[in-house]
Amino acid sequence: MEAWNGFKGTTWQEKIDVRDFIQENITVYEGDDSFLTGPTEATNQLWNQVMELTKAERENGGVLDMDTKTVSTIVSHDAGYLNKELETIVGFQTDKPFKRSLQPFGGIRMAEAAAKSYGFEVDPEVSHIFTDYRKTHNQGVFDAYTAEMRAARKSGVITGLPDAYGRGRIIGDYRRVALYGIDRLMAEKLKDHNGTSHTMTEENIRLREEISEQYRALNELKKMAAAYGCDISKPATTAKEAIQWLYFGYLAAIKEQNGAAMSLGRTSTFLDIYIERDLQNGVITEQEAQEMMDHFVMKLRLVKFARTPDYNELFSGDPTWVTESIGGVGTDGRPLVTKSSFRVLHTLDNLGPAPEPNLTVLWSTKLPQAFKEYCAKMSIKTSAIQYENDDIMRPIYGDDYAIACCVSPMKVGKQVQFFGARANLGKALLYAINGGVDEKSKAQVGPHWRPITDEVLDFNKVMERFEEVMEWLAELYVNTLNVIHYMHDRYSYERIEMALHDSDAERISATGIAGLSVVADSLSAIKHAKVKPIRDENGIVVDFEVEGDFPKYGNNDDRVDELAVDVTNKFMTAIRRHKPYRAQMQTQSILTITSNVVYGKKTGATPCGRKAGEPFAPGANPMHGRDSNGAIASMASVAKLPFEASQDGISNTFSLVPKALGRTEEDRVRNLAAILDAYVMKKGHHLNINVFNRDTLLDAMESPEKYPQLTIRVSGYAVNFIKLTREQQLDVINRTMHAAM
Amino acid sequence: MSELRSFIHSVESFGSVDGPGIRFILFTQGCGLRCQYCHNPDSWRMKDGKDMPVSEVMDHLLKYKEFFETSGGGITVSGGEPLLQMPYVTELFKQCKAHGIHTNIDTSGDIRITTDSRKEQLRELLKYTDMVMLDIKMMDAEKHKFLTGKTNEHILDLGRFISDNGTKMWIRRVLVPGLTDDEGDLKATADYIRTLKSVEKVEVLPYHSMGAYKWEQMGYEYELKDVETPDEASVDKAESILQTALA
Repeated sequence: MEAWNGFKGTTWQEKIDVRDFIQENITVYEGDDSFLTGPTEATNQLWNQVMELTKAERENGGVLDMDTKTVSTIVSHDAGYLNKELETIVGFQTDKPFKRSLQPFGGIRMAEAAAKSYGFEVDPEVSHIFTDYRKTHNQGVFDAYTAEMRAARKSGVITGLPDAYGRGRIIGDYRRVALYGIDRLMAEKLKDHNGTSHTMTEENIRLREEISEQYRALNELKKMAAAYGCDISKPATTAKEAIQWLYFGYLAAIKEQNGAAMSLGRTSTFLDIYIERDLQNGVITEQEAQEMMDHFVMKLRLVKFARTPDYNELFSGDPTWVTESIGGVGTDGRPLVTKSSFRVLHTLDNLGPAPEPNLTVLWSTKLPQAFKEYCAKMSIKTSAIQYENDDIMRPIYGDDYAIACCVSPMKVGKQVQFFGARANLGKALLYAINGGVDEKSKAQVGPHWRPITDEVLDFNKVMERFEEVMEWLAELYVNTLNVIHYMHDRYSYERIEMALHDSDAERISATGIAGLSVVADSLSAIKHAKVKPIRDENGIVVDFEVEGDFPKYGNNDDRVDELAVDVTNKFMTAIRRHKPYRAQMQTQSILTITSNVVYGKKTGATPCGRKAGEPFAPGANPMHGRDSNGAIASMASVAKLPFEASQDGISNTFSLVPKALGRTEEDRVRNLAAILDAYVMKKGHHLNINVFNRDTLLDAMESPEKYPQLTIRVSGYAVNFIKLTREQQLDVINRTMHAAM
Repeated sequence: MSELRSFIHSVESFGSVDGPGIRFILFTQGCGLRCQYCHNPDSWRMKDGKDMPVSEVMDHLLKYKEFFETSGGGITVSGGEPLLQMPYVTELFKQCKAHGIHTNIDTSGDIRITTDSRKEQLRELLKYTDMVMLDIKMMDAEKHKFLTGKTNEHILDLGRFISDNGTKMWIRRVLVPGLTDDEGDLKATADYIRTLKSVEKVEVLPYHSMGAYKWEQMGYEYELKDVETPDEASVDKAESILQTALA
């Protein structure tokens, strides 16, 4: 086939196997960044247009335009352009850039609320249809929830559940569109459909219906591309087509799903094979290759969803988690770094820093040194990159996995995650003390355990009760998730994303923990200091008096770090006792996104001395200001958390002032690369790196107009600092900023 | 083996500006100089130091071995004046070397090495020392005395001794406007450096007043109150003068 001219290997031709294609055709690049080129005139012009629209959007209260009438599907809208003459990569979610689409399948009330809060109104006819005729995911979930589930959700002991919005975290293998073309993918799906069992169990009926939906979605994808004048029925023949075909696949997904995280996958090295071929054949220049990459990334930066202000308060500043995984090493030890790994990071220079796409480097000690140093250099410059430990993920997920959202690995096109948000273990600990009564609402949320009535808390007794609470919570949590995913499959099925998976893809049921550092410090306080509960008139503990000092998580002190490890292991074990809906694998993350502020607000005072309502630390981070032994001690504590019991990721967000990294630019770059190597060797999983001075942030709070692109990493993703609420900005500023390592 | 009594001011779990790579820094207590710009006046009096056995330092250090390995870092013993506690530092460095950890001494150089036994002690320490960072505060002996309370004779001798021993050296200079930035003196410093054989790098450290609060806490009067941090141009200039010694 002409499209495949010059490509090596046969396995990937015989069956759908993008990994094999990459392995056969990759051109590993071990050199430095000197080949990179700056932005073209067209790129600058387009980006200026984007910045103007961004300003207009901000001045308009956060949303510029919204579709209130046309329900978004793959083929719902005509082609949309920013500037048709200049764009090398095209396609928007609606017929215009910055116009948000209407996506009611997750829940009509959410869609209505999102529109209303920005001064729009959903067409009454649409509301009518989705209220009276077409059931939504949200309604399905509440049809099945038990009273206990509703109570746990309300109190926030289980929190952030995707029951009113899309679950996201499913990464279609968008590369397949470019490599195989739609016709081949449809033919494969037809084959799978014919190949299912003919015994009509509920499971099999569902599978057959789903494959049919996938087949239909592929056909629509072809039509969507045709509206932009592209025939994607056959494989892409050039780099430009490959980028465009791939982006169309992704675009179709975000037109149909307003998922919490709509991640892209692991695309740059795949695309590099096409770019390299065109460069070799003299079809394009380096300048043109970079321009296409810049334009592609520009599109990814303009992904927008209609969401409520509540949602944005929870997740900070309108994130979309268009996560792109870069680098990593093959199972044969060969780095998967190509020139396009550089090109995609170089967009941070050509377009300036931005939170999206969520650039994620899969770090291994075996990455080429020049690439390591380039990443470090770009981190110091932009604070826009996160790093995840390829050396601990590769043995479990192979060498063609990608990160969804912040820290969630999955094999591209072969594994699907069912996103399950998180359990608030800080609150669960208080339930152990208060006998299942919520410390805020005073409602009986858990079973009627006997409350602890001691004057001074006893470690063994608290731990024993806490384990009971965790067992109860894990069961309730898994069951709640089962309701959610059953209904999501049924009422808001991700047809196009699943069409770009193997039909027999494995499912991973992901759960999560919030408040781990609060729990570890609280248990340490109970064990090593004297903690006296303060009870209200009804005997409910509402505060604590702590006498004496105690070891705090984040100082590389085993006495408390082991408590954090123990709780992580115990909760995972408790989760695995319960059967997940449709999933073959169960994982958990230690990740809060930025919801650590909101979760803290909903949680009473904790035995560690944290006052009621104060924020939790983000992810697996130590509590603000308690990691007083320096940056590396803090990292060493987090690195102890076991990845085997947190295979959905352990998030650590890290802020340094530039001086802490060394005296000269060269020292800083080398030291940062060395820190990443060492963290990976210590089996730490994830590191968000921020390098800036506190003064910059304070100034940005006062004069946001001066910092339209100030980007900071928060918790597995990056945000535009000036889009945060004031409360979130203060939380970021108050986090430990390491001035000395 | 009995543990040696040490006088330690503090440890900084990690630093990136005192020697190559990422470093664990042990600040010893006690120093014979009284530099006007000292940012650790609380480390002057030896008897204020706490004892920290070598094994305790090693336990701490080994937890971070990966960070030294990947960054080309290690341990830096600073002060105070570390050479006032040579047997202790020797024992510590011996164990560091057994674990492959890079060792560095950050010294003011104010130690007399006139006796044979002292020379022997220092030679023994240097066996386990990968590098020494030596401060040359001033070449002019009288000005040196005004600045630090003592002349620089011992310091210059020590530099030659380390050089003759073949131990790698970095020479550092704190640049205090109006005090240590005299062009003639910088040139004289370069001349001195030129006579040494093992200098690998020179560094000019711009004076900062971040230690001033400690002077007040200690009940001392801080005389450099009105002195400002030197600008970049004067730091560059001083550095280029000193660099001529390495050309």
